[in-house]
Amino acid sequence: MKLQRHGLVVALAAAGAILLAACGSDPNSGSGAAAGSSSANSPAVDCNGKASLNAEGSSAQKNAMDVFAQAYQAKCTNAKIAYNPTGSGAGVKQFNAGLVDFGGSDSALNATNGETTAAAARCQNNPAWNLPMVFGPVAIGYKVNGVSSLTLTGEVAAKIFNGQIKTWNDPAIAALNSGVTLPAEPINVVFRSDDSGTTDNFQKYLKASSKGAWTQGDGKKFNGGVGSGAQGSAGVAQALAGTEGSIGYVELSFAQDNKLDMAKIDSGSGPVELTDATVGKAIAGVTVTGQGNDLVLDLTKTYAGPPAGSYPLFLATYEIVCSKGYDAATATAVKAFLTVAATDGQANLAAAGYAPLPAEFQQKLLTAVQAIA
Amino acid sequence: MSDPTVTGGPTGIGEPADRWGSSVSAAVPEAGIPATEPPPPDQGSIGATFVQRGDRIFRFLATGSGVFIVALIGAIGLFLLIQAVPPLLQNHANFLTSRQFEAGDPNNLSFGILDLLLVTVEVSVFALVLAMPLGLGIALFLTQYAPARVARPFGYLVDLLAAVPSIIFGLWGLFVLAPAIQPFAVWLETHLGWFFLFSPGNVGIAGATVFTAGIVLAVMILPIITAISREVFARTPRAHIEAALALGATKWEVVRMTVWPFGRAGYVSASMLGLGRALGETIALTIILAATPRIFTGSLFDGGATFASKIALSFAELNNNLSAGAFIAAGLVLFVLTFLVNAAARWVINRSGAKA
Amino acid sequence: MSTSVDLDKSAVEPTFVGISGGRRARNALATGLMTLAFLIALVPLVWVVWTVVSKGLAPVLTGHWWSESLNGLLARQQGGGAYHAIVGTLLQGLVCAVLATPIGIMVAIYLVEYGAGTRLARATTFMVDILTGVPSIVAALFVYAVWISIFGLPRSAFAVSLALVLLMVPVVVRSTEEMLRIVPDDLREAAYALGVPKWKTIVKVVIPTALSGMLTGIVLALARVMGETAPVLILVAYAPFINFDIFQGNMASLPLLMTVERSNPTDAGADRLWGAAITLILIITLFQLLAAFLSKVTAPKTK
Repeated sequence: MKLQRHGLVVALAAAGAILLAACGSDPNSGSGAAAGSSSANSPAVDCNGKASLNAEGSSAQKNAMDVFAQAYQAKCTNAKIAYNPTGSGAGVKQFNAGLVDFGGSDSALNATNGETTAAAARCQNNPAWNLPMVFGPVAIGYKVNGVSSLTLTGEVAAKIFNGQIKTWNDPAIAALNSGVTLPAEPINVVFRSDDSGTTDNFQKYLKASSKGAWTQGDGKKFNGGVGSGAQGSAGVAQALAGTEGSIGYVELSFAQDNKLDMAKIDSGSGPVELTDATVGKAIAGVTVTGQGNDLVLDLTKTYAGPPAGSYPLFLATYEIVCSKGYDAATATAVKAFLTVAATDGQANLAAAGYAPLPAEFQQKLLTAVQAIA
Repeated sequence: MSDPTVTGGPTGIGEPADRWGSSVSAAVPEAGIPATEPPPPDQGSIGATFVQRGDRIFRFLATGSGVFIVALIGAIGLFLLIQAVPPLLQNHANFLTSRQFEAGDPNNLSFGILDLLLVTVEVSVFALVLAMPLGLGIALFLTQYAPARVARPFGYLVDLLAAVPSIIFGLWGLFVLAPAIQPFAVWLETHLGWFFLFSPGNVGIAGATVFTAGIVLAVMILPIITAISREVFARTPRAHIEAALALGATKWEVVRMTVWPFGRAGYVSASMLGLGRALGETIALTIILAATPRIFTGSLFDGGATFASKIALSFAELNNNLSAGAFIAAGLVLFVLTFLVNAAARWVINRSGAKA
Repeated sequence: MSTSVDLDKSAVEPTFVGISGGRRARNALATGLMTLAFLIALVPLVWVVWTVVSKGLAPVLTGHWWSESLNGLLARQQGGGAYHAIVGTLLQGLVCAVLATPIGIMVAIYLVEYGAGTRLARATTFMVDILTGVPSIVAALFVYAVWISIFGLPRSAFAVSLALVLLMVPVVVRSTEEMLRIVPDDLREAAYALGVPKWKTIVKVVIPTALSGMLTGIVLALARVMGETAPVLILVAYAPFINFDIFQGNMASLPLLMTVERSNPTDAGADRLWGAAITLILIITLFQLLAAFLSKVTAPKTK
């Protein structure tokens, strides 16, 4: 009798497990990929690679990856890609260890600490390429009562974020914002408390554009020495939305979703608002320093002296791929995915808070992707 | 092996002895002696040696499991230490007294745990101070005061708190609780600001403080303290209670004279378990506590980071073993801290001689 | 001091003399305080549960929440479900239980049946106590240090299960130990007297008697570890699709789904976050109910 009762329990559990295993499904709602976006010169996509790609890295490009993945699945029905947003460090590490098919990173492979060598070893002694697929505009969000338009320069922003400017009605801010009534309240800086590529790029921007006012260097941890940190972009955006007198940096999509006021940036040719067009203009002007198809970017020049009428504060995130050395199935799949990402995938990017690739840059990327063997 | 449905035949609880008495006596009798004693070598039948071997194997497995647990704790300490030593050797700051934790650059490690330690201890102790009396009250209420009919569902209600994921406590704490208690926090800050615990804080995000975090932690550890205390209090021998009642004691006197002395050790150990949980709580605190470049002043209205929240904030972006090792070193200190707390709890229980 | 007259007096008095005012007041105060403590505890409970229900009920009520994953959906697109995360949570919990239960039971058997009073047993008891207090992030770091840093194995759901084992074993040991201890010695002695070897006595007499309580303890322990967030943060990667392979690839779980959706600023993200919270609470509550049910169904009939 005892046996029966236990048997009953086991049977129930088993039945539950089977039921559970049987009724789930992975929907494949690739409805989002707009059909009209593939331009005439987009290369053919070969969907016969390996079915499931693994990638990992920068959390800054996670939402872009979702867009790409959707477009990829719309194009190649049975293909799957898992992008795991664990951070750039993990992305490089996992790629170099051969655990993922490509890595996502906010910075290009670093030659001085051995990343480049390790990546080449992972690619059967072929160089790895850094392909900047995703550009994310970073907004300087703020909340000040009665101030709906605010203009900053790199220098003033640097002084705000390192504590040299402490109140909203500081003459330096007032000089840039004639006609705006700035209150005499303290500036409440909000930064990312977790290590992030956004912080790194933001500090690089301040370093390059502030004419020496930013002496705190860069890195994934905020070095400004003032303010309060909140966890994640979501935390920063929520803190900005809820704290009077606050200012902080956050990816565009978070600023939009929390309806934050965003500062205009004056890089010498007048205040520029953050729009797809103004960011695209800045991206088009970026210098490539990498060799051949290794498209490493030098953002410093753009940060310091962007084209007139462009918004210079954005971050570039790379896909780190092997130029050669994949097995055939993987190479085909990686190529297919990146091709779709650079073409069809661009359609829904703006809605996800990213800047689509400018045409010329798109061509460079496609050339590189096609060269993967 | 642990599942009787696999090894055993039909098992009638309550009269098991007769069942196996028959089955085993069929196997053993040739030996002519109880199997728990070694059979004489010349008579060693197959049945008896099998029994001996079975006993030895089983004993070995059980003892091995015990050894495994002891070894496991040693291994935790050892492996964390192995990972922590290289960065500690290259640390430019004093690990124990520096207040800055800069471990991102493997070539310039400069990390110290003083502020992490202080914040961890303050937030946990604050949570414990709030939760201990409350937990005691609930446990006594549910075991001694509430009618048995309602005590059980009420107990489930409190246990339900334990089922709420900690990320939810974090979000609830920062976005729901903090705004609600903000007026009280401001009142404390303005009227009792001269006292270091209530002096103005070092963060600019309202409510992202040790104060909020401590209250949330208190709510989180409440079910742990309550559940264990309840169990212990409920086991107060009926005879003691009745004896006290017979002497004319009031309900409160019964509690004070019988239930409390009996359950005190269990209550203390429950609280220490709660403290252990608070010390290690991760995700709720990463959400609530604002990071700050300023040093920790000891005020409840300060921000900061605990060991666990600091590790969680940085671990994902680490790309080299030295930096990871620096955080593992912090984890090791946390491990040692919880070890000490639990050892202290154990000591308290042993000293009072009660079996919790 | 007391005379016989006094004794006579006190024997009669209690029937007439009430409890003094001070004592009664103290009693009332204590009763009030305890009731108050309970009511205070209800405040955050109701508050938290209300917050979760009001924000997360809507997504959970849709059919596809329980049967679909989030594969192929953009962050801001509504729809999809938590099926992949539910599967992940249950799988990781199951593997953890399969590993932790035998270890925990054997340790408890050692403590109760074999080691009683020995130095090793005292050390083991102490270490079990320590293990009970090990924070989940330390357990996760330990598994990271061994499994990933030293063995060089990839992150996987199995690594999460290993970390959960560390958290579950002490709870299983504790509850099993309690249950084994209350098995009357008469039963053991009766078995020995009949010549039953010790291990058979344990397997066939002691464990079946204690089984009901043991099962309850195991299920409760499992419920406790399934909601842990720190191990999944460090030891496994999130995937929006269904994965049944615990050794390879990314796997979602409900706590991980919540942390990932936390960084999704859209309404869809909020729905998924709070929906996952309700789902996790429901699953844990279900396990607790299951424990209560098991203890009823498998309870020894002799009582």
